[in-house]
Amino acid sequence: MRLLDREGFLGPVMILPAVLYVLALVGVPFCLSLYLALTDAKIASSELSFVGLENFRSALASPTFIKSLGNTFIFTFVSQALVLVLGKVLATCLTKDFVGKSVLRFLILLPWVAPISLGTIGWKWMLDSLYSPVNWVLQALHVVGKNTWPMWFGEKDLAMAAVIAVHVWRLLPFSAVIILAGLTSIPREINEAADVDGAGFWRRELYVVLPLQRPILFVAGLFGIIFAFTDMTVIYVLKRGGPAQATQVLASLAFFTGILGGDLAGGAAISLFLFPVLVVVAVAMLVIARRTEVT
Amino acid sequence: MAAAGSVRKAAARVGLYATVIAFAALLAFPFYWMLIATFKTDRDLYNLKNNPLIFNDHLTLANLTLLFTQTLYVTWLWNTFLVGALVVLITLLLALPAGYALARLTGRWGEPLGIGIFLTYLVPSTLLFIPMSRIVAILGLQDSLWSLVLVYPSFTIPFCVWLLMGFFKSIPKDIEEAAMVDGCSRARAIVQIIMPISLAGILSAVIFAFTLTIQEFTYALTFITSSAQQTVSVGVPTNLVRGDVFFWGSLMAACLITSVPVAILYNLFLDRFIAGFTVGAIK
Repeated sequence: MRLLDREGFLGPVMILPAVLYVLALVGVPFCLSLYLALTDAKIASSELSFVGLENFRSALASPTFIKSLGNTFIFTFVSQALVLVLGKVLATCLTKDFVGKSVLRFLILLPWVAPISLGTIGWKWMLDSLYSPVNWVLQALHVVGKNTWPMWFGEKDLAMAAVIAVHVWRLLPFSAVIILAGLTSIPREINEAADVDGAGFWRRELYVVLPLQRPILFVAGLFGIIFAFTDMTVIYVLKRGGPAQATQVLASLAFFTGILGGDLAGGAAISLFLFPVLVVVAVAMLVIARRTEVT
Repeated sequence: MAAAGSVRKAAARVGLYATVIAFAALLAFPFYWMLIATFKTDRDLYNLKNNPLIFNDHLTLANLTLLFTQTLYVTWLWNTFLVGALVVLITLLLALPAGYALARLTGRWGEPLGIGIFLTYLVPSTLLFIPMSRIVAILGLQDSLWSLVLVYPSFTIPFCVWLLMGFFKSIPKDIEEAAMVDGCSRARAIVQIIMPISLAGILSAVIFAFTLTIQEFTYALTFITSSAQQTVSVGVPTNLVRGDVFFWGSLMAACLITSVPVAILYNLFLDRFIAGFTVGAIK
């Protein structure tokens, strides 16, 4: 019998290359990040010395960092709350059959499938220009006056609202299709039984559909949290974290500090602050995966 | 009684259409805007008195001409395609065997290993881009497309392994087992029997690996500095701007031309993509 025919040998041989590649390009950089964060590494020089926890201390002492940390949480949780609620509404609509559904589905999915940086630059023009079509529409609807067009990236709160809106726009299709997949997996008999028992739409939603959907809503929410918490594309393309750091988040601050500012060690320390949240989300995912297996 | 019921049904129908049309209008609006901005004249674009949502002047191809002749857009497209193709190749070479082995050959430790690989997909580029830039510098790959070819499989492989594992699990075991009873080795059964009937799954892995590389922004922004080496997702939003002058017409054209083909590909394989994300929360 040839060696490759032995399953106990063939299996590991087939898996190992993929595992090694991923370990080399995820595990190694992660450890390097921990190491860099404890040094004073700069982009320009290859010399570095050990400074202990100094980078973490100075990050926590910096008002910009604290501001970015707060912004990251606001950005993540406000956008995800909106995405989940709107995604649930959209998914519920999409379970129904109607004329033109496939065209509408294509249109609805566009923001998720188009490269995010390109969708975002579209929004930049639509919001942050003298010729803003968004403001024109708002004026046509008499929401704003002719001379009171909002400066979306001139004021802190409006800027935060704008980056959140663009992120919701981007993630809504994703969460809607995930929730939709969960809805269509609910057996038809359950809905029919609820109908026979005389349960109306809202009662059925509240007592039958939502409890059955809890795992999938969690999954959609957890992915959404990761995407939002670690995103820098929307923030960077729209206004580079401005005005005056009002939309700066951890990921973009790490980029400005570590790459553009050349303070590799400081940037590494900032991005490591993303890690605890990732761990929490990963553990939650594992719990869900385990629980659905048991039942 | 019956009349009241049918009125209620009709109202629900109207509500349904109103809601989905409102969602579609809001979500697709930027792409509608890109489409008309592409063909608008500057005189039409930069006039506050005009209704921005319609054409107020004749249509023009000037923005497209500028995009394809005066900018590096074609170069970026080519770079993106090149990186995408190589990343897909590396991904398939590593993820196909791994996905199959996790579905069939691993027994008890296959499940945790599969989940472990999936979890690495959750590690975001913004956690790793700083040490990665150091590694890229050490390897002498700064400002080279090869840095992207090297790094992108770190997220395409986990995703595709997970996707392919699910796909192979859905193929009945009897198929290879029948062949093996007939004296065919496992390796030969994989190549000659399993691969041909798995083309749909393999194709979806190709599409997703390719589209993930088109969409990637953070690494490309970090590793590449010269315009001629950029990919579409970084080149378009950072280079079609000179000082404070945005070439809006051409910029919107570039966004549209890049986005729509990706969107069409994605739509064809959407169901597989969803299956890759639901982590067993759906049976």
